[in-house]
Amino acid sequence: MTFPLLPYEDSSYAARVDGIFVSLLVLCTVITLGVFAVIIAFCIRYRRGSPADRSHRPSESTQIAVEFAWIILPLLIFIGLFIWAGNVYFEMFSPPADGVAIYVIGKQWMWKIEHATGQREINQLHIPIDRNIVLTMTSQDVIHDFDVPAFRIKHDVLPGRYNTMWFKATKTGTYHLFCGQYCGDFHSLMVGDVIAMSPTDYAAWLQGHGEGTSDTLAADGSRAFHALGCSGCHEGSQVVHAPSLNGLYDEPVPLQSGQVVRADDTFLRDMILQPAKNVPAGYQPIMPSYQGLVTEEQIVSLIAYIKSQKSAASADNPTHP
Amino acid sequence: MTLPPDPKSISTVNYLNEEKTVASWFFTHDHKRIALLYLASITFFFLLGGVAAMLMRIELIHPRGELFTSTTYNKLFTLHGVIMVWFFLIPSIPNVLGNFLIPMMIGARDMAFPRLNLISWYVFMLGGLFAVFAILVGGVDTGWTFYTPYSSTYSNSWVIAMAVGIFINGFSSIFTGLNFIVTVHKLRAPGMTWFRLPLFVWTLYSTSLIFVLATPVLAITLTLVALERGFGIGIFDPRIGGDPLLFQHLFWFYSHPAVYIMVLPAMGVISELIAAFARNRVFGYNFVVYASLGIAFLGFLVWGHHMFVSGQSVYAGMIFSLLSFFVAIPSAIKVFNWTATLYKGSITFDTPLLYALGFIALFTIGGMTGLMLASLAVDVHVTATYFVVAHFHYIMVGGAVMAYLGGIHYWFPKITGRMYPETLARWAAIILFIGFNLTFFPMFILGYMGMPRRYHVYPEEFQMLNFISTIGTPVLGIGYLLPLIYLGWASFFGRLAGPNPWNATGLEWQTPSPPPKENFAEIPVVTTEPYAYHLLPEAAGIHQETHDR
Ligand code: HEC
Ligand SMILES: [Cu+2]
Ligand SMILES: [Cu+2]
Repeated sequence: MTFPLLPYEDSSYAARVDGIFVSLLVLCTVITLGVFAVIIAFCIRYRRGSPADRSHRPSESTQIAVEFAWIILPLLIFIGLFIWAGNVYFEMFSPPADGVAIYVIGKQWMWKIEHATGQREINQLHIPIDRNIVLTMTSQDVIHDFDVPAFRIKHDVLPGRYNTMWFKATKTGTYHLFCGQYCGDFHSLMVGDVIAMSPTDYAAWLQGHGEGTSDTLAADGSRAFHALGCSGCHEGSQVVHAPSLNGLYDEPVPLQSGQVVRADDTFLRDMILQPAKNVPAGYQPIMPSYQGLVTEEQIVSLIAYIKSQKSAASADNPTHP
Repeated sequence: MTLPPDPKSISTVNYLNEEKTVASWFFTHDHKRIALLYLASITFFFLLGGVAAMLMRIELIHPRGELFTSTTYNKLFTLHGVIMVWFFLIPSIPNVLGNFLIPMMIGARDMAFPRLNLISWYVFMLGGLFAVFAILVGGVDTGWTFYTPYSSTYSNSWVIAMAVGIFINGFSSIFTGLNFIVTVHKLRAPGMTWFRLPLFVWTLYSTSLIFVLATPVLAITLTLVALERGFGIGIFDPRIGGDPLLFQHLFWFYSHPAVYIMVLPAMGVISELIAAFARNRVFGYNFVVYASLGIAFLGFLVWGHHMFVSGQSVYAGMIFSLLSFFVAIPSAIKVFNWTATLYKGSITFDTPLLYALGFIALFTIGGMTGLMLASLAVDVHVTATYFVVAHFHYIMVGGAVMAYLGGIHYWFPKITGRMYPETLARWAAIILFIGFNLTFFPMFILGYMGMPRRYHVYPEEFQMLNFISTIGTPVLGIGYLLPLIYLGWASFFGRLAGPNPWNATGLEWQTPSPPPKENFAEIPVVTTEPYAYHLLPEAAGIHQETHDR
């Protein structure tokens, strides 16, 4: 469905949003023009001095019936709209498991993008078309917002936590990337491009930007893991009783408090910055906080490293719980 | 019951000429004089906010932003938002028309707490002083929404001074709300039962409930921002252990109801105008009353619709979306009832009615686009774009300001005792309507095309629509300046109006214009429903020409 005034629609999601929007537009226009037409008709017919018949005004019971009609009818329409639009929204927030994972770090006033394969970009995001892209986003300072109008998606990027967003581009091209949340002086310059490429072009781009070297995000993370001393405790230390991180990613973790949480990106991030928040059952809370000692980029690479230990672990031990 | 027009009424002693010293104005306890103090103050603030808007529109002709630096531009939209919301829109109808009319409409001699009423104006001015101070010493660049942690940690501008101004301003709202509530409860004339109250009084009663219940939350929120900013106490900034979303929940818990603070009184004015110029009882009076109360109540439950992409939980988003659809119902009820009030009426197209019709048109468009914003998936695309900017200007400028001006024209003869020039006023209303649409309609399209709000520099493909919008601004400006000029002139030189130039029902029309200080020589006794146009002599076929044109 295209409409001349709509921006170009280029994601799997865009057509559905436009579908809702155009239906709403038609519905609202019909109702609005209907109301205007009635008002104009009344204004003409019942202008002062017109010969129109003014006797037999609606009785009390007619009035009440009319009132209920125009309460219940809109209510039903509204509930329908709510379900339709809510459904699409719900999907937007349920990222698929098989997506290309990309990390986004916002800061005043630029976007830093980190691909799992090690490519890093600023204010540009290269993606393949027809693949699900899952963005994990955080901010180094204030709230920003990752906004790609052509894909009809947008989500705030908050400091201190990860938010995810996903989409699938369907046409190759270069699209606007905006910061959609006011963030200070150069908010309107915190813009960039999303470059959607055919799979072959994308493969070539990856190649040309360092794929195949050992410089993946996980490799970076592995270096940080040693440099920051994580390995001292977590890799078979005799002194400290610390859990092994192999195969941890995405698994349920029973906590001291009795709760069970999933070891997702947010959990790992919190573990590094505020270890006291979630203490795994069976361990002493002795892990130090790295607040102020690691950059957002390092955290992202550490997570990528722990994630990569997942595939390594499941390769040698497929029955890992 | 209706007094005959009395050409000498102006020369008799009234609230305007009874005492003439400056002190008699600044220390007055008369609700009518206090209303005029507010009128002068908010007109000043409106001009201030309007100039900022004008400068922004001029800047946006060019996509690269050549005229100001980004910092200046950001300060301009903050100034515009803060001043227009807290120092113009929120006090506009309540403090000017409400102050003047509530005691007159319910048949009282003054507010329940006349001195508190005066204090509330002084508090308002003190808040204004802080705001103007913050602007003069350097301005604030956070946007009127003060999102954290930008406002609480990162901004290098006069956030605390401005927050103090708004904090103080809030107390003025609370005092006004309290005063209105007590006045309506305690000072109704004999026979003025709750369901004989004019709808304008009902909407202000509902608004006052919001004033009293929501404004303290704003005060708390701003205090927390100041605490974090001034003393580094971690409340909102995650680096020091805070939660940035907490601010948004608190802020919108106040600011969504605040939208209804601006719109409910406007709806009340429209009900009065439609009834008076259609010469008809308001269709479904009880439903309109309950709709006002319903809006005041439901308005507290929808704040999360400002946060659909903020990172709040998906389920919260769902519930806020559903409730936002529900809150649209009472507004729809009102639009339908106004329309039905025209049915079998006897309509004259004086300026106030033109404003009322303009209100209905623009408010309906604003409301319909509000439905689009309540639709979750659509909101994700258009939130924080010009679509939202257009939407709330249709509600708050197209709606609330139109109603305010309509009300000012309608009650102008009561306030000043004189008539405004009718033909000129009609033209001004039409110019205003055209200018408004020219300025704001293109923003809907810009927004859906993806142009983010608060962008000083923007991609070139958006230039054409921005240009059209800017062209609309001077037209809109003329639409505002004309009434300012001719109403100012007519206050002194207009034709004498007489007590009831519109031949309207309502107690305020049953006393001379301008009214005497004590409003009524004798407290009236109410025996009929509020809009008893069918009981007036003209309903029996005698068309009384009450004013020439
Ligand atoms: C002083 C030893 C020590 C160091 C250094 C250390 N940790 Fe830990 N870590 C622990 C202990 C002990 C626990 C479990 C108890 C707790 O939470 O303190 C833990 C728990 C964790 C967990 C949760 C594991 C689970 O099974 O739920 C993660 C993830 C983690 N650490 C990552 C890291 C990373 C990444 C670093 C380096 C930036 C690091 N740790 C540095 C001792 C340490
Ligand atoms: Cu930003
Ligand atoms: Cu709202």
